[in-house]
Amino acid sequence: MKILVAVKRVVDYNVKVRVKADGTGVETANVKMSMNPFDEIAVEEAVRLKEAGRATEIVVVSVGPAQAQETLRTALAMGADRAILVQTDVETQPLGVAKALKALAEKEQPGLVILGKQAIDDDANQTGQMLAALLGWAQGTFASKVVPAEGTVAVTREIDGGLETVDLKLPAVVTTDLRLNEPRYASLPNIMKAKKKPLETVDAAGLGVDLTPRLKTLKVAEPPKRAGGVKVGSVQELVAKLKTEARVI
Amino acid sequence: MTTLVIAEPSTEGLKTPTLTTLGAAAKLGGDVHVLVIGQGIASVADATAQVAGVAKVLTADAAELAHGLAENVAPLVVNLVKSGGYSHVLAPSTTFGKNVAPRVAALLDVAQISDITGVESPDTFTRPIYAGNAIATVQSSDPVKVATVRGTAFEAVAATGGSAAVEAVSGAADAGLSTFVSQEVSKSERPELTSARVIVSGGRGMQSGDNFPLLEALADKLGAAVGASRAAVDAGFVPNDYQVGQTGKIVAPELYIAVGISGAIQHLAGMKDSKVIVAINKDEEAPIFQIADYGLVADLFKAVPELTAELGKAG
Ligand SMILES: Cc1cc2nc3c(=O)[nH]c(=O)nc-3n(C[C@H](O)[C@H](O)[C@H](O)COP(=O)(O)OP(=O)(O)OC[C@H]3O[C@@H](n4cnc5c(N)ncnc54)[C@H](O)[C@@H]3O)c2cc1C
Ligand SMILES: Nc1ncnc2c1ncn2[C@@H]1O[C@H](COP(=O)(O)O)[C@@H](O)[C@H]1O
Repeated sequence: MKILVAVKRVVDYNVKVRVKADGTGVETANVKMSMNPFDEIAVEEAVRLKEAGRATEIVVVSVGPAQAQETLRTALAMGADRAILVQTDVETQPLGVAKALKALAEKEQPGLVILGKQAIDDDANQTGQMLAALLGWAQGTFASKVVPAEGTVAVTREIDGGLETVDLKLPAVVTTDLRLNEPRYASLPNIMKAKKKPLETVDAAGLGVDLTPRLKTLKVAEPPKRAGGVKVGSVQELVAKLKTEARVI
Repeated sequence: MTTLVIAEPSTEGLKTPTLTTLGAAAKLGGDVHVLVIGQGIASVADATAQVAGVAKVLTADAAELAHGLAENVAPLVVNLVKSGGYSHVLAPSTTFGKNVAPRVAALLDVAQISDITGVESPDTFTRPIYAGNAIATVQSSDPVKVATVRGTAFEAVAATGGSAAVEAVSGAADAGLSTFVSQEVSKSERPELTSARVIVSGGRGMQSGDNFPLLEALADKLGAAVGASRAAVDAGFVPNDYQVGQTGKIVAPELYIAVGISGAIQHLAGMKDSKVIVAINKDEEAPIFQIADYGLVADLFKAVPELTAELGKAG
């Protein structure tokens, strides 16, 4: 079974983003960029399935600017076999990305597509579900366990009340939650090897896909700031303040 | 203009996320219909018909909808939108809503707007991005607006005062793509995290799941729910559904007590809209103190039992 994994280049999760003064977005110039953490988990899962003899080939895909090649190289260093960049300079939105992934899935015929549950920049949590819809496939979202069998895959999902397990017909789409696995660090020899792995670049038009954003961002603003609080000296003082000042107990 | 709200599935009754989603629908204006799906849901449908401001309740009662599988729910919603002429489809930002709404949107070839926190006009919404470190105002030009609604950002509508007609809809079918196998639901006598008035949350500082009874004793005194940071969940102290944060549950109680939690942005994203925040942490430099209304620099193993005792005293 071939596995397709989608990886997005995003502002590193350790960066405290700043809203641009003109309100058009957040500052991304000279900011550290990394692979979306959920996508690292997606790559790791694919690599583990391959190591366990469940997968034969791992193809990683990113939709984004030329710099997303770095993200793809990271995935190759983690153990993916080959990479495809759908190069575009427009802001990617989930529906457009899902359409690009659909076109590639039709070409590559994977048995499983693994995505992150959420990109930590747009916090959309949509692309996997949209891709499954467009392909007419089953979806196993927010996965904390993925067990492929003959023609099916059992996915344990993190849901609001606890955990749920579903059986999906293959091919299927899976999106990763945080506890699916702990991604490995790429070793130096593997980083070197990754430089020689194939990385193909295509454009959206070549795939017959329209990536034009559907949602227009009118404004990006700072969230309301909390006024700084006070330190209390003792438990007694805390209880007194909660009662008489905050009046919440 | 008519909005279709997809109710949070439950066989037990009307759920809070449905009522807050209806709060967002009310801001849109126009008629509001609610789709109740599941198996054996007649009483839930009747309760939904009593909700203030609901013009019609549609029920889809079928075995293949019993577990809310997106593969079966989405085509049903899409058919309703196509035949019913809905301008908006809203679902709660629960794991159910997040699973189903994008599938609906893609089948309609429209964008989905995730986790809206404000309605500026029928086509313009605010939503948090970058773990809530920025708020985007976005406009949709699609013919149908599909959105999920952040429960903490809208007032729940009154559960009574309405008298909507209840109409059964058919057309649900098993897509044959997925089957429900099992569910492990954490049982708790405590209030649900997303609707609790008070939450006591523990982090890595708790050191072990064996120490969570300390927090539970405090929670019992306050009638509180118990939550956790990702570090506490990853370490196996508590189940995954306790996680508060960017990628866990978003909460906004009257009082949030963070115990042994450092205050990473991903955690703050899930709780910084709480009315009053208390932090107990032994490190006075912990970032959580920058947003806490009341900070107590102390060893939690001493402070938490003291706090529980003090609350007991006061009665
Ligand atoms: C993609 C992504 C998504 C994430 N999503 C979430 C999310 O949804 N929710 C979330 O919470 N995190 C999330 N995280 C993780 C987040 O970045 C932090 O790692 C996590 O919140 C830290 O948890 P913590 O505060 O419990 O642990 P730590 O940061 O280790 O803090 C422990 C704190 O306990 C204090 N402490 C220790 N012992 C005591 C004691 N005896 N008495 C008092 N205080 C004590 C310490 O001083 C310290 O401040 C995410 C991370 C990533 C990359
Ligand atoms: N531009 C992109 N390129 C590749 N994968 C993407 C892109 N955008 C989103 N994805 C995938 O879809 C997942 C969910 O993203 P989102 O729906 O934007 O929250 C991510 O974790 C990625 O796996």
